[in-house]
Amino acid sequence: MIISVASGKGGTGKTTVSTNLAASLDRPLKLLDCDVEEPNAHLFIKPEHLVSKIESTFVPVIDEQRCTGCRKCADLCQFNALAVIGDKVLVFPELCHSCEGCRLICPEQAVEEGHRELGTIETGVWKHVSFSYGRLRVGEAMSPPLINRVQSLIEPDDLVIIDAPPGTSCPAINAMKVSDFVLLVTEPTPFGLHDLVLTVEAVRQLSIPCGLVINRADIGNDELYHYARREGLPILLEIPFQRTIAEIYSRGGLLVEQSPEWRTRFCQLFASILQAAAEAEVSQ
Amino acid sequence: MKVAISAKGTDLNSDVDPRFGRAAFLIIVDPETLEFEAVDNSANVSSFKGAGIQAATMVHDRGASVLMTGYCGPKAFQTLQVAGIKVVSDVSGTVMEALERLKSGSVEYLETANAEAHW
Repeated sequence: MIISVASGKGGTGKTTVSTNLAASLDRPLKLLDCDVEEPNAHLFIKPEHLVSKIESTFVPVIDEQRCTGCRKCADLCQFNALAVIGDKVLVFPELCHSCEGCRLICPEQAVEEGHRELGTIETGVWKHVSFSYGRLRVGEAMSPPLINRVQSLIEPDDLVIIDAPPGTSCPAINAMKVSDFVLLVTEPTPFGLHDLVLTVEAVRQLSIPCGLVINRADIGNDELYHYARREGLPILLEIPFQRTIAEIYSRGGLLVEQSPEWRTRFCQLFASILQAAAEAEVSQ
Repeated sequence: MKVAISAKGTDLNSDVDPRFGRAAFLIIVDPETLEFEAVDNSANVSSFKGAGIQAATMVHDRGASVLMTGYCGPKAFQTLQVAGIKVVSDVSGTVMEALERLKSGSVEYLETANAEAHW
């Protein structure tokens, strides 16, 4: 079972929900922070003995001895990562999407394997949680390849919680698309609702069942609740706007570690997710 | 000798397009005879990335040895350098006015890119 915790709007509480959900359960699980541009789950789940591994991806290196300047590679490349001037091939590795098409099409076998560093994956253990997160290299423009590497740590039958990046573009879609259930964290404000609507549309395109967690549930207005009812989106947990909760968070603490009541609520959230996922499967 | 000038239209009275890679047209012109051709650059205007690289390759393929434009980013500049094409930047006014400036010799050639890369 893979649960991803996502949101359209940033700062709605994805990390709060994913780390507390992971900490509340009493069974082994994997927590993957796939917000590789700004990972922060490790500030709350503090794993010991972090092991760091550098991840890199294919980029072409041209063997000038073999290259005849035929341009087949440059004509094929959809991202303009290769250009041919006279008989010289220019490579722009930062534009390369690692499809390796240039390697396949070169009639002279002049395209060799080079590497561009994507970033690192940090892995450690905290209690029952096997925790990993990606950290994108500063200057790297594409996060989906590193997100995919983090997700390659998933094994069959694992219980996995993914902390997804915000938004509805490639990074968020990449983080969500492998999951069996998407938990959407939102807030009852015009911004929260606006971005939730976009994310629900994206999740429906992916045909993944979803449910809502409403954070700061006692601010804003009722529009979010009307929308959820209209769209048949189950509200699985509401978290109030409380100073004590904000204080625990700002110290890097976990709500479920400090309050048995909240531990019970997050355990109930997990049960509700399982139920909603099962119901979605039946209705399909 | 041929000169490439980024332009908003298809003739010598068109305004210079300050963008190079995503200019509407690239006018390839012989400054002596004023014989010219306007190359439609619309495929590059909408390209995801690397518009400057493609435009620079095209300028080289059409045999121009000087490029006149507004801004030239690092990848385009690198490609143009390999091709041995000299770049005049911060060009404004019409294509014809740019040509006259070139002919009068009052131009300076760019040493490095004069715009940041886009992502």
